[in-house]
Amino acid sequence: MKVTDLRALVLGDAQADRVVPPTGFTARLTLFASGAMAFLAVFAMALSMASGRLATRWSEELARSATVRISAPDDQMAAQTDLTLRLLRQTPGVQSARAFTDEEQAALLLPWFGPDLPIDTLPVPRLIEVIETAEGFDAAGLRLRLQAEVPGAVLDDHTRWRRPLVVAADRLRLLGWISILLIGGAMAAMITLAANSALAANRQVIEVLRLVGAQDGYIARAFVRRFTLRGLIGAAAGVAAGLLGIFFLPSVSDEGGFLTGLGFSGAGWLWPLVIPPLAAVVACLATGFAARRTLRSLS
Amino acid sequence: MIELEQVGYSYGGAELFGDVSLQLAPGSFHFLTGPSGAGKTTFLRLLYGALSPTSGRVRIFDTDLAALDRDGLARMRRRIGVVHQDCQFLDHLPLIDNLALPLTVSGRDVAAEADNLAELMHWVGLSSRAEALPPELSGGERQRAALARAIIMSPDVIIADEPTGNVDWDMSQRLLQLLIELNRMGKTVVMASHDLALIRATKSKIQARVLRISKRRLTTAGADL
Ligand SMILES: Nc1ncnc2c1ncn2[C@@H]1O[C@H](COP(=O)(O)OP(=O)(O)OP(=O)(O)O)[C@@H](O)[C@H]1O
Ligand SMILES: [Mg+2]
Repeated sequence: MKVTDLRALVLGDAQADRVVPPTGFTARLTLFASGAMAFLAVFAMALSMASGRLATRWSEELARSATVRISAPDDQMAAQTDLTLRLLRQTPGVQSARAFTDEEQAALLLPWFGPDLPIDTLPVPRLIEVIETAEGFDAAGLRLRLQAEVPGAVLDDHTRWRRPLVVAADRLRLLGWISILLIGGAMAAMITLAANSALAANRQVIEVLRLVGAQDGYIARAFVRRFTLRGLIGAAAGVAAGLLGIFFLPSVSDEGGFLTGLGFSGAGWLWPLVIPPLAAVVACLATGFAARRTLRSLS
Repeated sequence: MIELEQVGYSYGGAELFGDVSLQLAPGSFHFLTGPSGAGKTTFLRLLYGALSPTSGRVRIFDTDLAALDRDGLARMRRRIGVVHQDCQFLDHLPLIDNLALPLTVSGRDVAAEADNLAELMHWVGLSSRAEALPPELSGGERQRAALARAIIMSPDVIIADEPTGNVDWDMSQRLLQLLIELNRMGKTVVMASHDLALIRATKSKIQARVLRISKRRLTTAGADL
């Protein structure tokens, strides 16, 4: 498409727009179809982005450490801690293991018991932070070895159960994007059908335009502009409706609550705004294709 | 201006006419006559490239039609004013916009040509009908409008298919007079008509050649008309 064509398409020409008679019915159908598709696309996008956020958050938590907790009488604490550290460092899948210092432990407990707690007088278990390698370690095997060799040590890997959830969230995000592609394809198909019916209904008009010397590009543009505008307006309305729907979803700040997390956050709210222009592009291409095919067949 | 070289045309298998060679000189006036169904409309459509000959060659403005793509054909058609047998208009647009259509589709500034347009409408006697929709016009008004639209681009060639098809004698005379005036301005005119009386009545006013299609041949009619 040449630059002048593009200019003519965007700026339009009031006279040129009128050469094709108004078609109320196809116009309304196209508006409705693109509106409905945009509405669905907003939700698919919200789904993708929410599952994306969930996957990111969960995998960040996964990347964090597991902990080993050692409860032992005071006199055995140092020995057991050493033993556990040595054992951990020999375990495949463990990148590093480090015992928390007294100060660190006090800092961890601070929010719970306040600053006045005489921490060294209490039987507080010693915590060891375990950082995994990318492959991770065999939790069951480690637990057995700890049990056998350090009776007071307990492996706490509560975040690991989320690993399949991260996979599921990633898959959900992918499905969301596939849905958006399918919605775009369905919209292209519907607009092609509508454009074809408009072109067929206007055979006579096309013949007259040809008779007075209209070039294919001119005739095609008259149709393309129309459908592009309808696609744009319909999609804008659909996106507005979809965003309102999502905006008024009840938000309960339930950590990890997927349903209530469905939506956009921050700049994410801007993403649906790309839907109307994309819908316009889809409509433009679909109609242009349909028009060129019809014009070729009518020559 | 327009040259036919051994042109033949057939719809499907049945040949309508064959081996037609003809040259239409600039500024000439041609009548085309023949019985209904002989192929007058078909022949005219070959002259402005709406049909391609099944054999032979058509050259318009020194260009072989076969060498033109659709856009080239569209540009060429702006230099040929066509009055269609059934006067096709865009029924949803007022007459004035229909007359301006050739300007519109060729990207000309219609507002700048408003004076021309008004003058032309006056010339064909349709000034008062500018805002009427084509279906609201009488047969004669439509034919005058079709003629006006055909000449708005001041084409070099005017091809009129039965422009007096459904009007009375007086109106036929008036329409024909318009074509004669255009011819005097130097336009090449080809007009199909089966109205022999009209053609005879015109022969005294203008130097015109009469072509006749019948029995699959194109002949030049002489005194036997
Ligand atoms: N598209 C078409 N397909 C098949 N046959 C056609 C087609 N158009 C015209 N014909 C046939 O070709 C013949 C010539 O048609 P044409 O319209 O050229 O005649 P004409 O001389 O203009 O007749 P009239 O004086 O009635 O206008 C007719 O028998 C017609 O039925
Ligand atoms: Mg005819």
